[in-house]
Amino acid sequence: MSSTTRNASRRQAPAGERVADWADGRLGVYSLAKSNMRKIFPDHWSFMLGEVCLYSFIIIILTGVYLTLFFHPSMNEVVYHGSYVPLQGQLMSEAFNSTLHISFDVRGGLLIRQIHHWAALIFIGGMLVHMMRVFFTGAFRKPREVNWIFGFLLLVLGMFTGFTGYSLPDDLLSGTGVRFMEGAILSTPIVGTYMSFFLFGGEFPGGDFVARFYTVHILLLPGIMMGLLVGHLILVFYHKHTQFAGPGRTEKNVVGMPLLPVYMAKAGGFFFLVFGVIAIIAAIASINPIWAIGPYRPDQVSTGAQPDWYMGFSEGLIRVMPGWEINFLGHTLVLGVAIPLIVVFPLVLVVIAVYPFLEAWVTGDRREHHILDRPRNAPTRTGLGVAWLTWYFVMLVGGGNDLWATHFHLSINSITWFVRIAFFVAPVLAFLVTKRICLGLQRRDRDKVLHGRESGIIKRLPHGEFIEVHEPLDADQLHTLTAHEQYEPAQLGPAVDENGVERQVSRGEKLRTKLSKGYYGEGNQIPKPTVEEYKEITSGHGHH
Amino acid sequence: MSNHDIPEENLPERSTAHGEVSVPDENPFADPGLPPHEHRIQDIDEGAARRSERTVALLFTISMLCTVGFIASYFAIPRDKSIFVFPIGHINAMNFALGLTLGVALFCIGAGAVHWARTLMSDVEIADERHAIEADPETKQKVLADFAQGAKESALGRRGLIRTTMFGALALLPLSGVFLLGGLGPKPEEKLRHTLWAKGKLLVNMNTDQPLRPADIPVGSLTFAKPDGLEESDEDFQQQIAKAALMIIRIQPENIKDKRELDWSHDGIVAYSKICTHVGCPISLYEQQTHHVLCPCHQSTFDLSDGGRVLFGPAGHALPQLHIGVNQDGFLEARGDFAEPVGPAFWERGAEK
Repeated sequence: MSSTTRNASRRQAPAGERVADWADGRLGVYSLAKSNMRKIFPDHWSFMLGEVCLYSFIIIILTGVYLTLFFHPSMNEVVYHGSYVPLQGQLMSEAFNSTLHISFDVRGGLLIRQIHHWAALIFIGGMLVHMMRVFFTGAFRKPREVNWIFGFLLLVLGMFTGFTGYSLPDDLLSGTGVRFMEGAILSTPIVGTYMSFFLFGGEFPGGDFVARFYTVHILLLPGIMMGLLVGHLILVFYHKHTQFAGPGRTEKNVVGMPLLPVYMAKAGGFFFLVFGVIAIIAAIASINPIWAIGPYRPDQVSTGAQPDWYMGFSEGLIRVMPGWEINFLGHTLVLGVAIPLIVVFPLVLVVIAVYPFLEAWVTGDRREHHILDRPRNAPTRTGLGVAWLTWYFVMLVGGGNDLWATHFHLSINSITWFVRIAFFVAPVLAFLVTKRICLGLQRRDRDKVLHGRESGIIKRLPHGEFIEVHEPLDADQLHTLTAHEQYEPAQLGPAVDENGVERQVSRGEKLRTKLSKGYYGEGNQIPKPTVEEYKEITSGHGHH
Repeated sequence: MSNHDIPEENLPERSTAHGEVSVPDENPFADPGLPPHEHRIQDIDEGAARRSERTVALLFTISMLCTVGFIASYFAIPRDKSIFVFPIGHINAMNFALGLTLGVALFCIGAGAVHWARTLMSDVEIADERHAIEADPETKQKVLADFAQGAKESALGRRGLIRTTMFGALALLPLSGVFLLGGLGPKPEEKLRHTLWAKGKLLVNMNTDQPLRPADIPVGSLTFAKPDGLEESDEDFQQQIAKAALMIIRIQPENIKDKRELDWSHDGIVAYSKICTHVGCPISLYEQQTHHVLCPCHQSTFDLSDGGRVLFGPAGHALPQLHIGVNQDGFLEARGDFAEPVGPAFWERGAEK
């Protein structure tokens, strides 16, 4: 009898609810869903850049698993007997042979290979652009510094995962890239030769590096990245998303639409959009056609050799560096290779990682920030960001100096000299120009708030004067344009304290004051209009 | 939220929290609160909503058709068939068909979902409250007290002997792993200093596999050579050729500027390592008028009529020259190994030869 009542009550609950009940009793899903199912996400086009990275990472994993079913990570030499006629009978490594097999003899294999490679390029490009969004809007500030570091690590590991994957087919182009890396490792003082022998299992190229890179490429690095990615997403949920200033948007709330259903559909749909676009690119645009390049031989090379784009800046560093080589107590210090690749290369990346901490130190601000800055309202930060990007692009130009020379009929020597000078000069110019532009935009915002929007309507006054009618902004716009915070530059304080004792001012404190002046001092930001100014202009003799 | 570093008046004012909306008369810049929701056409016109529904359904249907097309292409198209697609040119038909059908099938699902979300799902903005991340003082005190209690009960602070030996053991243990990594490769020893070249080794043409005679090398030509006995099928071919690859050119002897180069040449024929001294790319571009060679990777330029010295680019030292001569049968032969290590420089390179 009791069993019939149980059945009756069971029949009442829908199947979905019963499954959820089962899971809740074991996993606690109701408590988890309570705070997350209707979680609010704000809407802005730039917030989808991170999604591009997430989805391309998933696409890379899916296609990568498929490729491992066919790829042989071995450097044993075999004779090619596949269906690509021009290479038949040639000696090549099994790695190269199996890559040809995937490209020509596995149905859809070429498509998956091309999706994998295109998705990798888009993944790293997406991370860089996503990072720019976070940087220029100040989204890295407290409490999100740790997530910035996670993102930074994902970028760096992504670059190395890309490099090791690109080297796996053991073709002439990637082999040349590996040789380049070997030369860089050899330039390391004291331990370089040992590091090279340990990495390659002996002399270059040896018979080990494809198998070793394979483990690094498919297990070690993606495993770490998967962990970082999950951490990154958990923190995004935990901190709740940042939002731009606007009516009703404060530091204490987040305004937008709920995960279920809007973002489930928008973000879920966006995965298919990204995947679809990458598949179409892979259908029409060939990438890394290794059959045209041929198997690797250390004594052969092709012209116009270029790495994948994200390694281009290191290529630029190495190409424009003068060939300094000095004798140091009977040992060779290969400064011409070691400075660009062992000193500058990590430095270019590390400055990204430490920036949030530098800015937090300069402002001394320990509060949480959830309202994003418009880039113009942080002129010094924006200037520094653009300076870094300029630096990066100058190095990319240096990395493609041969292509610039052949495409634009320029002397490669002049391009190299241009890059050498621009490496130091261009970021400074970019910083100054960007800052001026930001200040100009701030002035325009100020004018808009105080004098209204230019309506384009010309009015003739009774005494004959022509004026343009300015329309006052509505409350929403007034709030949006004045919601940003403006710091006062830090002061050193009096040299003697209240008891007349001389105060010790540390060198760090002096530096901080100087930097603070550079960020927020006079002329480095335009004071936003005050209520008094606004009232005086709007209540006085009307418009002019 | 605290500010330890700067006085309060230096910090900008907090924007008003949601809910505390001030009267515009007092502060024209105050937060006016969330704007009222504006209806979309689909919210008020059922006809428009139905049109949106049909659009979404059409996109999902296209996706289904494309998946069917994908499966059909998988079976129907021969693997090696190529087709002409404007403006791309001739491309593999199967890759094109599979990629396009898969791509459109995926894209239409995405486009349908996004269109559905944008036109038919509620677009009323909702505000969620944020909560401070930092714990309140009581929680913090409780955690600190718990930790102190746990640390005290472990007696780690009091039992110095345990502490010292435990840290010692844990610090030493990773050494085992470091030593295990020692098996990754052999020691470098003198391996980078020697190549297969030795006294009496014949210079063999890389392309024809025949030993070279001086007559095979006309003025202005560039010939690549390998040491006699090294075959492509050899197990260590790649390692050996990575060091032994040679380029041979012929210059009028009076044009050779470097005295040692002239001594090590034969009748204007000079042999240089093909491996760039920068990071090891094979050099392959030769300018016969100037006798310059250029590495295509990083554009280091060397003057082969002047001891292989660096003219331009990032290379740090001259290309090593191989001392050559002619044996009694009239073939070109090496008179010994390279006098210095070939390829990129390394820490031990400058040490005693």
